Amino acid sequence: MDGIYRDHIIDHYQNPRNFGPPPLKLREGELVIKVSEANSSCGDMLELFLVVRGKGARVVDVGFQGLGCAISTAAGSLLTEAILGKTINEVKKFSEEDMMALLGIEVSPTRMKCATLPLRALQKALRLRSG
Amino acid sequence: MLDVSRIREDFLILKRKINGKPLVYLDNAATAQKPRQVIGAIVDYYEQHNANVHRGIHSLGDEATRLYAEARQVVAEFIGAKDSRELVFVRNTTEGINLVAYSWGMANVRRGDVVVTTEMEHHSNLVPWQELAKRVGARVEYVAVNESGEVDMEDLEKKLELKPKLIAVTQVSNFLGTINPIEGVVKRVKISKRKDVKILVDGAQAVPHMPVNVSDLGVDFYAFSGHKMYGPMGIGGLWVKREILEEMAPFMTGGGMISEVHKTGTIFTDLPDRFDAGTPNVEGAVGLAVAVEYLERLGMSQVREHEMELTELTINELGKLSGVRIWGPKEASKRGGLVAFSVEKVHGHDVAQVLDSQGIAVRSGHHCTMPMHEKLGLAATVRASFGVYNTEEDVSRLIRGLEKVREVFKL
Repeated sequence: MDGIYRDHIIDHYQNPRNFGPPPLKLREGELVIKVSEANSSCGDMLELFLVVRGKGARVVDVGFQGLGCAISTAAGSLLTEAILGKTINEVKKFSEEDMMALLGIEVSPTRMKCATLPLRALQKALRLRSG
Repeated sequence: MLDVSRIREDFLILKRKINGKPLVYLDNAATAQKPRQVIGAIVDYYEQHNANVHRGIHSLGDEATRLYAEARQVVAEFIGAKDSRELVFVRNTTEGINLVAYSWGMANVRRGDVVVTTEMEHHSNLVPWQELAKRVGARVEYVAVNESGEVDMEDLEKKLELKPKLIAVTQVSNFLGTINPIEGVVKRVKISKRKDVKILVDGAQAVPHMPVNVSDLGVDFYAFSGHKMYGPMGIGGLWVKREILEEMAPFMTGGGMISEVHKTGTIFTDLPDRFDAGTPNVEGAVGLAVAVEYLERLGMSQVREHEMELTELTINELGKLSGVRIWGPKEASKRGGLVAFSVEKVHGHDVAQVLDSQGIAVRSGHHCTMPMHEKLGLAATVRASFGVYNTEEDVSRLIRGLEKVREVFKL
């Protein structure tokens, strides 16, 4: 079980990338999607911001924030790093397996909710955009 | 003094290894482990006496009915009820409180009325009142909790001026650990001369850990869970003052709670069967009675003293660690046997996970007290809670486990 707190997890937890909302000022042709998602088992909340631009709907900026555990924070950091610069169509293909591969650890069923919290927020954002 | 090493022999689960380490079980506020006496009584019930109660004329049916009635008597006496008919068996504290909200609340709380509770309540003593208020058009008012983690009695007096129908308060907070002065609440209600204010007490964290006498407390409703007091899961009690219970309509209806049923209508039976619709949890009642006898043999004052010592030790030891903040009153005498704390820069779940890797079971999260966590600006805390089988060594293991947390998180 110690295995889940590997150096890269602790690093992404203590120095999360893309932490905080992107700049408020948008350029022409840019659209910001903001969603929040809660972990029902612990009450933790995570907000995700996506700035998409152009016809290809490329993710040109991304941010997340919230009070989370090491696992959900590291997941948010790794996920936002992974989707930055990708098009929405590419981002849509991102799966739970991809998320776990990014984290590079095995977690218990209860902690799966932490590991996939940012991904669930991302999927919500994508539904919002297409809906 | 409790003979803890002898007590531990009764709880086989304590011999388990978790992640290769001997189990240190510090999640007693969530549920307590069961002694072999309780488990044995349940097995014995099914192997020797099982039959449905109050039905049919045969020997096993009579035995089961007698065991069920005796269990009610044992549990009722333990909490100081004057009459065992005042005790309704329910699944747990939550069901007991819901019973009051539906049965008494729907009949007595009306549009515009006020129900008072406190900021420190468990969701089980909060959501049922919000739901009742929604249904009848009443409103819920929350008595403030002060900086030392105690119910603000001046604010309680202010809330009494709103002429509430009910005050619902916990005897011991499952998060802050605070022992609330129920006598003080009763006294203030008396002084306010509002005789129609009823008082409900959530006793889930009190009955397993200290002497409780519901009659002496002077309250109207008192709910508690069996599984937190070394009894089986799925059984608990709701005590209601006789004259109030007599007037209450049944929460659930059906078989076993009637004296006559005709196509034109039904006459309900007397107490306590009126609140026992359907086949009751006889196994649970029998097990709970044995748990009560177990606690009585230990002596509730001794249980209280033992857990208070462990609480005091924990507060002192946690106080020596940097970056650890303890929530609730600082004096062990003002708290039940539990300590909730935060570790700076580490989320509660991560603390619990690292402790688990060391064989230590604690609770992390908001402990079903989101409003209180919100008020303190907290997302999740860690809680260690004690039972009769915990030792000073368990506390040392917890402290060493927290050092491991610091190591893992490079603090």
